Amino acid sequence: MLEALVFLPLLGFLAAGIGNRAIGDFAAKLVTTGFLFVSALLAWVIFFRQWGGEGAYTVTLAEWFTSGTLSVSWALHVDMLVAVMLVVITTVSALVHLYSWAYMADDPSQPRFFAYLSLFTFAMLMLVTADSIVQMFFGWEGVGLASYLLIGFWYRKPSAWNAAIKAFVVNRVGDFGFSLGIFGLFLVFGTLDIGAILAAVPAHKGTTFDFLGSEVDALTTIAILLFIGAMGKSAQLGLHTWLPDAMEGPTPVSALIHAATMVTAGVFLVCRMSPLFEAAPAALALVTFVGAATALFAATVATTQHDIKRVIAYSTCSQLGYMFFAAGVGAYGAAMFHLFTHAFFKALLFLGAGSVIHAMHHEQDMRFYGGLRRHIPLTFAAMTIGTLAITGVFYTAGYYSKDGVLFAAYARSTEPALVAFSVGLFAAFLTSFYSWRLVFLTFFGEPRWAGSPHIAHAHAHDAHAEAGHGAHGHGADPTAGYHPHESPPSMLVPLVLLSAGALFAGLLFHQAFIGAGEAFWAGSLVHDPAFYAKLHEVPALVHWAPAIAMGLGLLLALRQYVLKPGAAEDFVRTLPTLHRFLYRKWYFDELYDWLFVRPAKRIGRLLWTGGDQGLIDRLGPDGLAGLVGAGAAVARRFQSGYLYFYAMMMLVGLAAAMTWLALKG
Amino acid sequence: MLSAMILLPLAAALLVLRLEAAEARLVTLGTTLLLLVMGLWLWAGFDSSTAAFQFTERHEIFGGLFSWHLGIDGISLVLLLLSVFLMPLCILAGWESVKERVQEYLAAFLVMEALMIGVFAAMDILLFYLFFEAGLIPMYLIIGIWGGKRRIYASYKFFLYTLLGSVLMLLAILWMIREAGTTDIPALMAFDFPKSAQTWLWLAFFASFAVKMPMWPVHTWLPDAHVEAPTAGSMILAGVLLKMGGYGFVRFSLPMFPEASVELMWLVFALSMVAVVYTSLVALAQADMKKLIAYSSVAHMAFVTGGLFAFNPQGIEGAMVVMLSHGLVSAALFFCVGVIYDRLHTREIDRYGGLTTNMPRYAVFFMLFTMASIALPGTSGFVGEFLALLGMYSASSWLGVVMTTGIILGAAYMLWLYARVAFGELDKPDVAAMPDLRPREWAVMLPLAAGVLAIGVHPAPVMAPLKAPVAGLVARLERAEAPKTPVIRPQVAAVAAEGPAS
Repeated sequence: MLEALVFLPLLGFLAAGIGNRAIGDFAAKLVTTGFLFVSALLAWVIFFRQWGGEGAYTVTLAEWFTSGTLSVSWALHVDMLVAVMLVVITTVSALVHLYSWAYMADDPSQPRFFAYLSLFTFAMLMLVTADSIVQMFFGWEGVGLASYLLIGFWYRKPSAWNAAIKAFVVNRVGDFGFSLGIFGLFLVFGTLDIGAILAAVPAHKGTTFDFLGSEVDALTTIAILLFIGAMGKSAQLGLHTWLPDAMEGPTPVSALIHAATMVTAGVFLVCRMSPLFEAAPAALALVTFVGAATALFAATVATTQHDIKRVIAYSTCSQLGYMFFAAGVGAYGAAMFHLFTHAFFKALLFLGAGSVIHAMHHEQDMRFYGGLRRHIPLTFAAMTIGTLAITGVFYTAGYYSKDGVLFAAYARSTEPALVAFSVGLFAAFLTSFYSWRLVFLTFFGEPRWAGSPHIAHAHAHDAHAEAGHGAHGHGADPTAGYHPHESPPSMLVPLVLLSAGALFAGLLFHQAFIGAGEAFWAGSLVHDPAFYAKLHEVPALVHWAPAIAMGLGLLLALRQYVLKPGAAEDFVRTLPTLHRFLYRKWYFDELYDWLFVRPAKRIGRLLWTGGDQGLIDRLGPDGLAGLVGAGAAVARRFQSGYLYFYAMMMLVGLAAAMTWLALKG
Repeated sequence: MLSAMILLPLAAALLVLRLEAAEARLVTLGTTLLLLVMGLWLWAGFDSSTAAFQFTERHEIFGGLFSWHLGIDGISLVLLLLSVFLMPLCILAGWESVKERVQEYLAAFLVMEALMIGVFAAMDILLFYLFFEAGLIPMYLIIGIWGGKRRIYASYKFFLYTLLGSVLMLLAILWMIREAGTTDIPALMAFDFPKSAQTWLWLAFFASFAVKMPMWPVHTWLPDAHVEAPTAGSMILAGVLLKMGGYGFVRFSLPMFPEASVELMWLVFALSMVAVVYTSLVALAQADMKKLIAYSSVAHMAFVTGGLFAFNPQGIEGAMVVMLSHGLVSAALFFCVGVIYDRLHTREIDRYGGLTTNMPRYAVFFMLFTMASIALPGTSGFVGEFLALLGMYSASSWLGVVMTTGIILGAAYMLWLYARVAFGELDKPDVAAMPDLRPREWAVMLPLAAGVLAIGVHPAPVMAPLKAPVAGLVARLERAEAPKTPVIRPQVAAVAAEGPAS
């Protein structure tokens, strides 16, 4: 069953990817989507079996490679932690497959799209079921490949393939850390099987090794290196720059890969390795700090963006920060719970945004939206539910998981944890502000889409457009005569199902995930019941703080974007520098371009012309030719003769050798 | 069997010179395929449980001075397999693009195949030298006669560098024969040369192998040679000839001069580290596809040298798998360049763009080999690089950290190359007119792709023969090493160490 779950998406990929011409668009879509629904069904079965206490197990498939004392196998491992991921991955993936039927209906290369989606799902499943950290790395890089292919899906657009390369290379920076972490694990533990490593952690507490000339604590160093990998994949501060650009990919991809699943792989890694991180307090403090900083940074940027997908992308980045600081304070269950609920409401928000974009002819700039609730009411309802959930309105999914994360930080009450708590609280206020801002700008107010080039373009194509009556002719009418339509059922069904998840996933599962009992996790991650009991005993002020922050954010957004139109522009005029700083995303892209990208190319050119040609060749072969005589002339004379000279020399050499040996003998 | 594998292509070369071009192609292809079958037969009959040389034959035909002594161990076997696997593909690659002096061209390839097999199968050091040096002559000819515009300069450079190395190596070989009283390679591998002499011998061999690899800073012949060589020449140059340097290290330098290897490993490490960073950055600046791939080869070969001198099983086996993988991947990448060069006759990256639209099948293969080149897990590149880096990191964290930066830079230049060729708008009419893969090109791409994926997912069949010889090598090197301080220090040990002091 487990094998079927993991390999069906691979089969779907092969069928749609290799056989696409033979079987056609429809069959390619049917096979990939059908297989994914079967996988999702199996995942829920496995999930409930695990919940029922089936216990962890591993299915070994084959040997991968062995060398010396190292032995790496292909194997599938399941425990409660993995089962949670299986459910998230396959459910969201299946819904995204379904959604894409309509969303990608006009695209000429649909089989390729569905093949990539299934390839991604397979790699993600290999990542989470890995029994060996090398197989996890296989999945880790595999999802990176699929992400690269899907971001660059519209490969004709330079912005798309640039974003794809950026995503891959920035992730490779993280993988650099991840790889070194793996090497360190082998050095210390002598194995790369995760189970064996985690079991041996207590025995290696306090072990030190040499790292770049200094004697350091081995487990801390390894944990930090692995976390660098997690930072890359999960777009944490410093290695986050690829995620907003990844929005170049089709929107279903953003929902699946860049919101619900792949970007949470870093959180999964920390949770999967939680016994190791527990033995490395300094690394945990770093995780807390980076998580909190990301939660805040990304939330501030999200408040200023105009592109609907970028707002949600920064929101994702910020929510991932929450998950990390939850893990950092030792609340791995709370981190996983937020990962779980976030998958539903963030996929919902992205697919909802996709539905908006679909209705608006690929216009993504919210400045050209407005008043859409009357035109696409179901999408409006879905987006509102998503927003209720992400801002943490009572009894929605986000309410349970975000409060869990914040209370855990408060209850841990170490310094980094308290910093994370306050930062997280402020970020919650920002989250509420930017989420409602998105809803108000999109669905409320008057239509503003007259100025949109996309709408104008689409409208110009409409059959009923009068001759000589271009887009600008509509100047007086803010809708430019364009009437957005609600999306077809294959897009709405996933929205409805995810809405249900965003509303009820918290209510249904919070007892299990962050309750005081450890029966649920069954040892698949570090779970301290005494610590979780403290989550229910936080002071009243702390208990109500997230709700207050959420309310303030909603009120501020309501005032700025609904009650007092123009207030937002006034604010920008009052503080232009702050706005520009946030709008330009704290200038990270500019900084990296200046620090790394341009110097790398410049140095490369310098080494080539100055090093290879200027120095090595001039002193070496070219110089020698010059030395022997008049450069080129010699080289010419040489070329006719050197071959024979060479062959002769070899013979002479051999003859000399024989003579010498003969004489000696 | 091994003698037959050397003599058969030589005989075929003579025959080919007398045939019509079309017949010559068929005979050459047939011969190389027959050699592939013979290679597979060797593989099937190979006993992986022993480090001993197998399929040995010995004929005293050189008056007792040295002998026609052939045999293979696991290390020779995998490189021999690589050679016979690539050769038919190279013949197919040049099937139509070479139009002048076809018979001589094919004969040169057949002679080269014979000599390559000879290099990997020689068990007599002078016989090895003969094959090793003579193997370059057909390569000179291929570049010099069927090469591009600057072929004279390229082959001159190639020649100068090689000359330097081979003179020193020959002197060293002669000294060794006198000292040990034998030309027999297994005997020399077991012989303990005096430590003082080892350093000089090591350096003499190093001069030759470092050029062949090539290692930084004696790498500058490679980009020129590749640029000027015809497609099939580049494939065999990158695929097999570069591996002769690595083979030399593992067959001669490490086992024959273990003390010197230990003493001078810092040199190899330093050059490898410089090579990875330096050549990766240079690759980033290239506008010529073949130059870019040539520079990436230098970076990949640094993983080989670094891994070999890590002196642990992961490092050495990893280095061997990198050689094997690079043999397939670089040959494939050069073929990918050749496919579009045949259509547009330029290697300039910016002349292309948007090929995914009109050549989707080509784009898929090119993507696969790009990913294999940047060591994506599941491809052969990963298994080799991962093990080599693991081994290097175990030997020295500095080495491991610096070499691992290669995975970032490698991704940058390869993906950028790919994007400029295959992505973007298909806005150049001559590029848009290029047709997708032809059946002959499929026949080259498919085996390479299958090899890359097979080794990536299940490398055991090619790694099993390596285990025994590598284990023997590691044991020999460990004896030469000074007792090492343990790399990791458990807390218990630290406490115990402090005990007596307090």
